[in-house]
Amino acid sequence: MSAHISFHDVEVTYPGGLKALKGVTLDVPRGEFVVIVGLSGAGKSTLIRTVNNLVVPSRGDVTIDGASVTRAQGTALRQMRSDIGMIFQTFNLVKRSSVLRNVLAGRLGDVHPLRGLLGLFPRADVAYAHDCLSRVGIPEKAFARADALSGGQQQRVGIARALAQKPSIMLADEPVASLDPPTSHAVLRDLKRITREEALTTLVNLHFIDMAREYADRIIGMRDGLIVFDGSADQATDQAFEDIYGRPIDESKDLRGAS
Amino acid sequence: MALPDPNTVPLRPGFASRLLNWSTWVVLVGLFVVSLQQTGFDVEALTSGSQDFVRFFRRLVPDWTALPQIWRPLLETLQIAYLATLLGTLLGLPLIFLASYNTTVNGPVMWVARSVLTVLRSIPDLLYAAILAPILAPGPLPGVVALTIFTMAVLAKLASETVESIDPGPLEALRAVGAGRNRVIVYAVLPQIAATMTSFVLYIFEINVRASVVIGYVGAGGVGFLLLRYLNFFDWGGVAALIVVIFAVVLLIDLLSVWARSRLI
Repeated sequence: MSAHISFHDVEVTYPGGLKALKGVTLDVPRGEFVVIVGLSGAGKSTLIRTVNNLVVPSRGDVTIDGASVTRAQGTALRQMRSDIGMIFQTFNLVKRSSVLRNVLAGRLGDVHPLRGLLGLFPRADVAYAHDCLSRVGIPEKAFARADALSGGQQQRVGIARALAQKPSIMLADEPVASLDPPTSHAVLRDLKRITREEALTTLVNLHFIDMAREYADRIIGMRDGLIVFDGSADQATDQAFEDIYGRPIDESKDLRGAS
Repeated sequence: MALPDPNTVPLRPGFASRLLNWSTWVVLVGLFVVSLQQTGFDVEALTSGSQDFVRFFRRLVPDWTALPQIWRPLLETLQIAYLATLLGTLLGLPLIFLASYNTTVNGPVMWVARSVLTVLRSIPDLLYAAILAPILAPGPLPGVVALTIFTMAVLAKLASETVESIDPGPLEALRAVGAGRNRVIVYAVLPQIAATMTSFVLYIFEINVRASVVIGYVGAGGVGFLLLRYLNFFDWGGVAALIVVIFAVVLLIDLLSVWARSRLI
């Protein structure tokens, strides 16, 4: 089976000379739930952002079903992006807008631009947005202002917005790093369940080892802009993690998230 | 941590920075003296004129029979300010986003937009009105055009600084969704700047009301026009009535605007 997402020798050098990725090659098959682990600055966020071209590789190429997203521009790029949902560490909701309007924003890639600008979404899209809120368990929050919600609820709105895109790929950049441990697990369980139901190919950046082991089909370890581990959750032993983090794992320290 | 030894004398700042300090003061005082001399600023003339001053104010008794003449130009002044604020806001809106680094199309476009704004802003509104009045025929139209340009330039400058300081997260999220530039602006930027923008617009309306009084003086319509006529005909009663009315209206609008803005943020 050919890969859904492929990274071909991807390098990213930021203005100022920082090399965030130093040649990453990776294939992700359709429907796989991949967790990327590594220290801050290892290149996890950069890697995930090359998939929807929010970060443009300075060398190499990222392809989705064989089509290059790196070389796509204008309308073609926006179409590819509308097929890729993304959720963020800080949720990135428009705080002063209603929850429903935030979720409807996920439909913007598909509805006619003028309809989108005027906020005249087709009735089916509005219904679908409500549906997405039900899927993440907060249908009653549709008309609340986004900043009136708790952190866990805000991230669920983030998931609903991504889901509203009807994507085939889901990207999650540290989705639970701003949440407390019990909420983190609840949000990750929802994310896993939904991406499974929709058969989405999913890339998640995570800090916590136990969460990575618990939810991942496959774990990618990154260090210093390179992939240093690639295996199943079972293969990701404490020894493997020590190699990824480049230091011994202390049970009491912050690499684990308590449940 | 050890306490600093009280006997050690703090280091004096370096010679260069002391020189800079001194030369700053020398330049400031020098400019003050030169300006005093060349403008002929004279305290004696100020005090000797005090009797004329008193005589002038004695004559400034409001002649309320002028009121019926005042209403129409006063309304015109407010209409000029209102129209200019509205038109300037609409015309300035695209410029705001072209001039902000996080919403512009590309570098050259941003540079052009910023340059246009700088040039427009560097010309005082009174000068616009003075130039436009003979071209467009004296009346409210040159006033509206002059203040529209002013509104556009000032609003775009203020608001683009606001746009550049917004939370970039929602912008990134909307780009990731596959939305184009305009939709990103409508969904991610406008909600974040709406309250501040409204406050700016109200503030500029305040300024425009005051400015539209003044620009009438150079032939741009409104109540300034009337003031000029009263002054030319030495109609001190009319001048006094007009000043009182303008004062009351401007104060009222300022208070309303301050109240409205305080409720926004």
